[in-house]
Amino acid sequence: MLKNRIIPCLDVKNGRVVKGINFVELKDAGDPVEQAKIYSDGGADEICFLDITASNENRETIIDIVRKTAKECFVPLTVGGGVRTIQNITDLLLAGADKVSINTAAVNDVSFVKEASKKFGSQCIVVAIDAKKISDNKWEVFTHGGRNRTGIDAVEFAKQVETNGAGEILLTSMDRDGTKSGYDVKLLKVITDSTNIPVIASGGVGTLNHLYDGIVKGGASAVLAASIFHYGEYKIKEAKEYLNSKNVSVRL
Amino acid sequence: MNVTIVDYQSGNISSVINSFTEVTKGKVNLEVTSDIKKIKSSDKIVLPGQGSFKSCVDSLNSINGLVETLKEFAITNKKPLLGICVGLQMFADVGYEEAETKGLGWISGKVSKIDNQNGKFKLPHIGWNEIEIKKESKIFKDIKNKSHMYFVHSYEFIPEDKSVISATTNYSSKIICAVEKENLFGTQFHPEKSDKTGLKIIDNFIKL
Repeated sequence: MLKNRIIPCLDVKNGRVVKGINFVELKDAGDPVEQAKIYSDGGADEICFLDITASNENRETIIDIVRKTAKECFVPLTVGGGVRTIQNITDLLLAGADKVSINTAAVNDVSFVKEASKKFGSQCIVVAIDAKKISDNKWEVFTHGGRNRTGIDAVEFAKQVETNGAGEILLTSMDRDGTKSGYDVKLLKVITDSTNIPVIASGGVGTLNHLYDGIVKGGASAVLAASIFHYGEYKIKEAKEYLNSKNVSVRL
Repeated sequence: MNVTIVDYQSGNISSVINSFTEVTKGKVNLEVTSDIKKIKSSDKIVLPGQGSFKSCVDSLNSINGLVETLKEFAITNKKPLLGICVGLQMFADVGYEEAETKGLGWISGKVSKIDNQNGKFKLPHIGWNEIEIKKESKIFKDIKNKSHMYFVHSYEFIPEDKSVISATTNYSSKIICAVEKENLFGTQFHPEKSDKTGLKIIDNFIKL
């Protein structure tokens, strides 16, 4: 039986791990390579790096981190943030990433997803969708860390990226991100019901029960969380044991 | 010992390189190449593969003499070869991803899309799944039955001769996820991404 995945996410800025509260107030907390190794040794099913470095000059920093991490962690490594060109993807994969997560570039032109999945295979193309609730049962795609509205319906966009060859969707609720109030389960449910590729839930985890909700109520194939693991509130193992005790199958 | 990871532009092989580097720790001569001469002088070969069946076969065929050299190595000289993911799938006679494409024909069978029961199961089959070991396999030495391995695929290899099957995994159906036929080894899952258990499989292959 396929196990539900627990994915710790490390937000990296200029080579250091940070975690934002609603993407604004950043705290500094550590070396990404070391953190990734701790997670991998602790039973993380995958590791996710999100590069939130603003400038292009610092692209080399994340590539160097990926290179070092890939030599020590033998679980899948996903890298997102600033992935805009085929060359960006090539560089990250060569450095040792297993998947890349595309956000703004997919919103700007969905054919980029097609081009990327055709060149590298769907297995390594994740499309990150940042969605914000605009009315009852309606969510819109946002970019630039939730600052820019796009006018694109999140559900329609999810279907579109699937058609264009995305292997997975990383779905972040911009309303919940950093709030610790739980995933937007309604949003998750509508996206997992309207697509046929795995969806990774993201944004809002504050308790272990939120992980359960994401999988059982939201239908997510994987759950991503940052701060609850990062600040040591819970260990990956505790999260897995909790889910297992509630009959959610995980890799123990 | 010379171990060669065949680099034929089949997509991302960094993880394969990293894991073999970690396991061998400089004790064997590890080459990453498509150089025919180096492949001929290898003791063991790893054939990775990502992307579609068709794109991998096309890439393999685009390198002059590569397919013949691999065949001589694996079929005529019967030296150990490990196919990973599409690397395994290419052992088949034919694959149906993108378009009907002729495979290497080393183990009779076909590669077809996983039956996901009309969308009841999501594809690709991504993530950690337990393997059921079906026969004693040299690369599964000290690997416990029901160990977790990392998968990412939408197609599966179905061999005609079921006796080559060394492991299956349960998803929408029982998916064949490892084969062993004499000197030929193949895993649909990614040992290079399957944590310590995966590294152990690589170690077993190196120690053959």
